[in-house]
Amino acid sequence: MENVSHELSHGDAHGHHEHHEHHEQSFWTKYIFSQDHKMISKQFLVTAIVMALFAMFMSMIFRLQLGWPDHKFPFLESILGKWAKGGKLDPGFYLALVTIHGTIMVFFVLTGGLSGTFANLLIPLQVGARDMASGFLNMLSYWFFFGSCLVMTISMFVDQGPASGGWTIYPPLSALPEAIGGSGIGMTLWLISMVLFICSALLGGINYVVTVVNLRTKGMSMTRLPLTVWAFMITAILGILSFPVLFGAALLLVFDRSFGTSFYLSDIFMNGHPLPHNGGSPILFQHLFWFLGHPEVYIVLIPALGITSEVIATQSRKQIFGYKAMIGSLLVIAFLSFIVWGHHMFVTGMNPFLGSVFVFTTLLVAIPSAVKVFNYIATLYRGNIVFSPALMFAIGLVSFFISGGITGIILGDSALDIPLHDTYFVVGHFHIVMGSSAIFGMFAGIYHWFPRMFGRMMNKTLGYWHFWTTLICVYGVFFPMHFLGLAGVPRRYYSNTAYHSFDTLININSMITVFAMIAGLAQLIFVFNFFYSLYRGRKATQNPWNSNTLEWTAPVEHLHGNWPGEIPTVYRWPYDYSKPGAKEDFIPQTVPFSETESSNAAGMQ
Amino acid sequence: MNLIQQRLSVPVIKVPQGRLGMWILIAGELVIFGGLIACYLLSRLRYPEWAEQAAHTSTFFGALNTVVLLTSSFTIVKAHEAALKKELTKVTIYMSATIIGGLAFLVNKSIEYTNEIHHGFTFSSPQLQESGNYVGSLFWSFYYLMTGLHATHVVIGMIIMTVILIQARKGKNLHRVELAGIYWHMVDLIWIFLFPLLYIAK
Repeated sequence: MENVSHELSHGDAHGHHEHHEHHEQSFWTKYIFSQDHKMISKQFLVTAIVMALFAMFMSMIFRLQLGWPDHKFPFLESILGKWAKGGKLDPGFYLALVTIHGTIMVFFVLTGGLSGTFANLLIPLQVGARDMASGFLNMLSYWFFFGSCLVMTISMFVDQGPASGGWTIYPPLSALPEAIGGSGIGMTLWLISMVLFICSALLGGINYVVTVVNLRTKGMSMTRLPLTVWAFMITAILGILSFPVLFGAALLLVFDRSFGTSFYLSDIFMNGHPLPHNGGSPILFQHLFWFLGHPEVYIVLIPALGITSEVIATQSRKQIFGYKAMIGSLLVIAFLSFIVWGHHMFVTGMNPFLGSVFVFTTLLVAIPSAVKVFNYIATLYRGNIVFSPALMFAIGLVSFFISGGITGIILGDSALDIPLHDTYFVVGHFHIVMGSSAIFGMFAGIYHWFPRMFGRMMNKTLGYWHFWTTLICVYGVFFPMHFLGLAGVPRRYYSNTAYHSFDTLININSMITVFAMIAGLAQLIFVFNFFYSLYRGRKATQNPWNSNTLEWTAPVEHLHGNWPGEIPTVYRWPYDYSKPGAKEDFIPQTVPFSETESSNAAGMQ
Repeated sequence: MNLIQQRLSVPVIKVPQGRLGMWILIAGELVIFGGLIACYLLSRLRYPEWAEQAAHTSTFFGALNTVVLLTSSFTIVKAHEAALKKELTKVTIYMSATIIGGLAFLVNKSIEYTNEIHHGFTFSSPQLQESGNYVGSLFWSFYYLMTGLHATHVVIGMIIMTVILIQARKGKNLHRVELAGIYWHMVDLIWIFLFPLLYIAK
């Protein structure tokens, strides 16, 4: 390692040319087929941002339809062509937009984008490893992810239209290619894309777990790991144990679609004729899907919770409240996530006793969730708070986690869920507790670790603008949806004016659309800030947030191998902020206790 | 030493890298098959008439394949033992025997499939469907799907072992023989579940 040198190239945002063993990496091995975890995390992040913009644009189009169902928008025809003849959105394409919006947001942005970016960036840097356990698998993981994004995007442009059965692709609608246009080639592409995505998630997950278990630096015991790393590892384990079930479900679906089996099909008539499919059960798909689907919700949320723990502790300059309770609650949430899937299926004719078991396990999730919220607030309480945009977004997450969690308790109860099932109440609930929480966690992570990723700071003022407009608009969009749901408005309907009883609610829908448009514009502030700061942002110092964790001990300019010399050794847990008697208000993990005599008495760990 | 090559030599490694990765991969694989087996079991409890269809599977071929797979698992253990002692000839012989075992399994399986298809037992078997026995063809759907997916794993295992064998006979990456062995044991283990469920239980 003595012959490793590095130099910083100025003015280039990606500027870090490395010399290993006296040869310079070519453009291809450095930016495209990189095996460096930091570059791979940037690849994940940029891909996810592009996909998120794409999915957000779709949501704006269908919000236009829902806000003004009887109005014509001629510009839509110029964008969508045959899918919006005369400026009126095609009902089939409306369903396609809803489906692909959900799929992209859940899988590509909040699973691939969130875990892929931050687990890749932070796991090796925070546990003190040179790179992931296998750089090659890590690269494959990204390229499977890219391939799956590509296939999903291509499916938007096929003649029959993309998959339109909802992101949950329930059969029989998705199993019979002739059922609706989108169940043809569009559905096939959806399934191909999802298989690629599962490969990517598994390769990534295996790598994350192995790295955390094996490659921790000297002194980094499991109870000295930052909570981010715990969160990423638990997420990876959840993914490894649940994505294969989705693979199984998709496999059966492929057989039903293409090879004439009837796993999910029974007693189906089309145009008055019985189909030769019999004996299967569409409920089987729901069991398999939600056995993945519920852990998936936590795969989305847990990394965001981990990021929030880290950001809140650092920016309120206090040790995290209840470190072990935080880990314990994550583990309990992860365990419970495998035994609550039935609460998505209360209306499938489930035995009410079985339903009550699922109600019980579902309501249990409230306990560890409340522990987390309590600990976040207790950490903030009387902290010496630095209101950086990252902290604002982390607090935003806590806010969503509370308001979405409360409606979660309502929906987890089968007696209340049965009337509310598939209404806008559900849409409002999961967009707040899973969608917005997780995306706010991702924003917190981006604002916080942008200097670590790109060596520059993001603009703070634009960050505040982004935060406040987004926060207000999220509540503006999703809070009224609960009332629509209570009034009985069903989700996934093309036009809510088809029923006169909903006529009085049309103004609420228009208002939601206005908020959604503003929220969309607010994200442009973020995109501008991101790309502007990439090239013009203020140069970052090595440890801009005065943080304790190991990633800030690595040099600002990236180096494949992370630390030019020895890997630092760890002597303490990562949350020694504002320790009484200490000289500064933070003591990095690399400082031994022998150097901090004055503060040792007051310390934990 | 290059920084990246150095990354595996940190002090806290507890389980060899590849072995840990392989166990995690196997956890995922078991979930795939576990899900399918759970679906099969629940359907079987729901449709007692499946017993009639299960009677048409060939217990003889099933048992033969079980013996073949168990034997090949034994040979891969011997190959691992030889790899630990760096006895390259023995590694080559035992790994080749394992690959041949996998091949024999596939040959048996294809003879079996051919017989069953000739007798009209397929996904959407016309003879079953004409008599209204839709539930019967569902059994065969599960049968082909589960054994087919398992056979795919056999093929993958053979490819992995061929790649590892090419390196191992020159003495390179001998530790990978063990990884191939762990994977092969998993393939074996899954078959141990499939055999009684699909063949013996009538």
